[in-house]
Amino acid sequence: MQSFLLILPLFLYLAGAISSLWFSARPSKSVRWAFGCALGASFLSFLTSLSLLISGTSLRVSFPGFLPYTRFEILADGLSNYFIGIISLLACATTLFSFAYVREYFGRKSVGFLGFSYNIFLLSMILVTLANNALMFIIFWELMTVISYFLVIFEDTQEEARRAGFIYLVMTHVGSALILVTFFIFFQFTNSFDFDDFRQTGPTLSVILRSLLFLLTFIGFGTKAGIIPLHVWLPHAHPSAPSNISALMSGVMIKTAIYAFIRVVYSFLGADQLWWGLVVLMIGALSALLGVMYALMEHDLKRLLAYHSIENIGIISMGIGMALIFLSLKHYPLAALATIAGLYHVMNHAMFKGLLFLCSGSILQATHTRNIEDLGGLIKKMPWTAFYFLIGSVSISALPPFNGFVSEWLTYQSLLSGGMLSSVPIKVIAPLVGAILALTGALAATCFVKAFGITFLALPRSEHARKAQEAPPAMKMGMGLLALMCGVSGVLPTFFISLLDHVTVSLLNTSVSEKMIYPAGLALIPVESRFSSLSTTTLALLLLAFLPVPWILIRLFRPFRQRIHETWNCGIKLNPRMEYTATAFSNPIQMVFKKLYQPREEVRISYLKKPYFLKSLVYQSHITSIFEERLYRPIQQAILRLSHRVRTMQTGSIHTYLAYIFMTLILLLIFAR
Amino acid sequence: MILTKILLGLLQIVFLMALAPLVQGIIKKIKALFQSRRGPSIFQSYFDLIKFLKKDQVVSEQASWIFHITPYICMISVLTVGALVPVIGVSVPLGFAGDALVVVYLFAVMRFFMALAGLDTGSAFGGMASSREMMVASLAEPALLLSLFTLALTAGSLNLSGMVQKLADLKIAVISPSYLLVFVAFVMVVLAETGRIPVDNPTTHLELTMIHEGMILEYSGRYLALMEWSAWIKQLILFTLLANLFAPWEIHLLWYPPKILVLAILVACIESSVAKLRLFRIPDLLAVSTALSILALITLVLKGL
Repeated sequence: MQSFLLILPLFLYLAGAISSLWFSARPSKSVRWAFGCALGASFLSFLTSLSLLISGTSLRVSFPGFLPYTRFEILADGLSNYFIGIISLLACATTLFSFAYVREYFGRKSVGFLGFSYNIFLLSMILVTLANNALMFIIFWELMTVISYFLVIFEDTQEEARRAGFIYLVMTHVGSALILVTFFIFFQFTNSFDFDDFRQTGPTLSVILRSLLFLLTFIGFGTKAGIIPLHVWLPHAHPSAPSNISALMSGVMIKTAIYAFIRVVYSFLGADQLWWGLVVLMIGALSALLGVMYALMEHDLKRLLAYHSIENIGIISMGIGMALIFLSLKHYPLAALATIAGLYHVMNHAMFKGLLFLCSGSILQATHTRNIEDLGGLIKKMPWTAFYFLIGSVSISALPPFNGFVSEWLTYQSLLSGGMLSSVPIKVIAPLVGAILALTGALAATCFVKAFGITFLALPRSEHARKAQEAPPAMKMGMGLLALMCGVSGVLPTFFISLLDHVTVSLLNTSVSEKMIYPAGLALIPVESRFSSLSTTTLALLLLAFLPVPWILIRLFRPFRQRIHETWNCGIKLNPRMEYTATAFSNPIQMVFKKLYQPREEVRISYLKKPYFLKSLVYQSHITSIFEERLYRPIQQAILRLSHRVRTMQTGSIHTYLAYIFMTLILLLIFAR
Repeated sequence: MILTKILLGLLQIVFLMALAPLVQGIIKKIKALFQSRRGPSIFQSYFDLIKFLKKDQVVSEQASWIFHITPYICMISVLTVGALVPVIGVSVPLGFAGDALVVVYLFAVMRFFMALAGLDTGSAFGGMASSREMMVASLAEPALLLSLFTLALTAGSLNLSGMVQKLADLKIAVISPSYLLVFVAFVMVVLAETGRIPVDNPTTHLELTMIHEGMILEYSGRYLALMEWSAWIKQLILFTLLANLFAPWEIHLLWYPPKILVLAILVACIESSVAKLRLFRIPDLLAVSTALSILALITLVLKGL
């Protein structure tokens, strides 16, 4: 019965995809079928994975293979169920949102194709987490990549989108190639592509080989996850896709790489090398810090959010890195704590980033611009979107009692537990990474004060923003669901921690829920001793309980009275051009970290009459993207030079080509007997 | 049993609320004495609060609901912090709800909404102040947390009451190089967080140097009372932390006032003897603070206590 419920959503997605194409001539019907099926499938698979997770069972379903080595088997264990739960929950929200959102494309683009890709995209993500065979995994992984490529270039009339799609395709295929190599090396030793065999043989391989495999896996999946310096595709690809797709890409697609990384390193490679954890931890810290730094300088709302995905992948990597360190030192309960910290942040990031991308979609639909310098004052036109965006901002800035805070708190606890170990380097490094996390969190808050403040507050800065309208109900429902989840997973973390406990049981054979959840299920404590504790439930109640204090104070002496009057502006009538802009807001940070950003500023002034009467003033400021200029440009140029050399082989004459084929044949006959 | 605990917790919060304006008044008085003025009475802050609470208020026509909820949020977050921090007794009834991190992040909630309120009215003053406040706070955060981490690793606890207890148990042995380095780093951060010279000037209103005052420029009347009061309570809580973490002995009602008085005098002395830094020199100050706490951490790890 349960296996039926596990499989049924997969076919529902297929049905949605096919019917969407079938009705593509009638957009409204196509939308109803595509997203109706997707909604049903997501809801069903959410319920199934949740019930599997609560009961702590894992499920195995085998299908007969149709190709050699591809015994198709799906295994829904704790880790898979957890990720499927997140994917389906986010998919429920984005699907609700999509019902109304895709209307924007009616008559412009093929909505049938969008519905098709949407369903296949969700299907491929779920199959990636279910596959129990390396070849099947690679097939679904590629399906996911290719279908998301088509979604990135959905607005293919825009040059920017096509370029983003190209970068995305190249980068992820470099990653896929490395993953393929990893699996083939495994195949050499196991003579099978089954993950079960990998699990058995993997940990017995030599340390050098396993370290090589670790690096291949880290780079391969790291490319998809968007860790720095492999992140270059992410800020291009995520903003180009339609917003509902961006939410899925940022919220869950990059997390499938985290899923696969955990699966390979924990189970197949038997994480026992200290430096693996250190590498993941350091790269995580770098990604988190640089991700948020670049986000601060970004004024394209969706690109800003994309950079924050890099930051959050970094925070997740910090948790996973600490877990690998603890595993190598055989501190299993602490490893479970750090794993939970990372995985909980996976879920929380999916919720608040999904929410923020949906809100940005709602803004985009209302104003047709992603540039926050053209927005402003939207809180009055779009109160609900503003409210949801605020919830998302508060969560991503890790402010209590919302969910981002809980998982960052757990990450801090794992880092500090590292500070109590006996190994001296880790004792220093772990708290320092904690300080980097603190800086990251504070900069994220700064960035979201900017993003929310400039977009929603004060006066509208353009005609578009003045004419904005609130999103339709379906979109509000999608956003509302995620906002609710941000609150629930923040205020009631103990429930989710006890779910995650089943994941650590299946991964590490270690149960920590009893050590982590304080009696009465109220507070969380980091595993060992009473180092510290956190009860967001109590915090939320306290915050509410104190609400009467300011309320009474305001009404203490006389009835509350207020006058509405204009903002004090040195006696001049306020207009939008006097407002603080996003560039100005983030400028102090740019000045402080000049070394990193290497800003190029240009001011052009033309005078009517020197020196007091200006005709015009043009100010331009660019920041240098170090990785693209220093790392990728040389590689790109080297490849171009090499291709130039190779081109001499291509004469264009068919005789030469026949000679090549003949030579290859002879070589093959000689060497490949 | 539980009821008395809750009552004690409430009493602590009322105590903080009542004392906060007085501390502000004392600092002002000492600064006035340094400047050879007689200065206002030390109770002036109470009179100000009462006056603000009686007045009607003017609200900008551009202001949205963010502007209206911010005073409430500031007040409730700072009161919640008050319930988590050991003040006149080592144990805190609600201490299980959050550790030192929660205290830091609840202050961040306050700052987040204040910065939004600064942007809300559309005036350039508010925006400028918000931008600067967020910059200063971003740079102060790693220094603050790193010094708290070093203390936590010294004490083996991140819960504030546990931390204070363990530090007190160490007796005189607690005074180690790393402890002193953390103290200096912490004082610098507290100056930045409370908006004092050399980071911000609490006495100016309409200068381009202002940070905290700029964000609340549009507030008047009762909202202003709430904003000012919560800022004072935040200041008192930071002083209390400083007092209880760096003089963790004799924590009870009798010794609390002298400790706070000493800190108030210290802050007034610093404010009177140092010039305000240029905005882009503030990062240097905070970098020094971060560097000191890194040194403290390394000393702690290498040398132990």
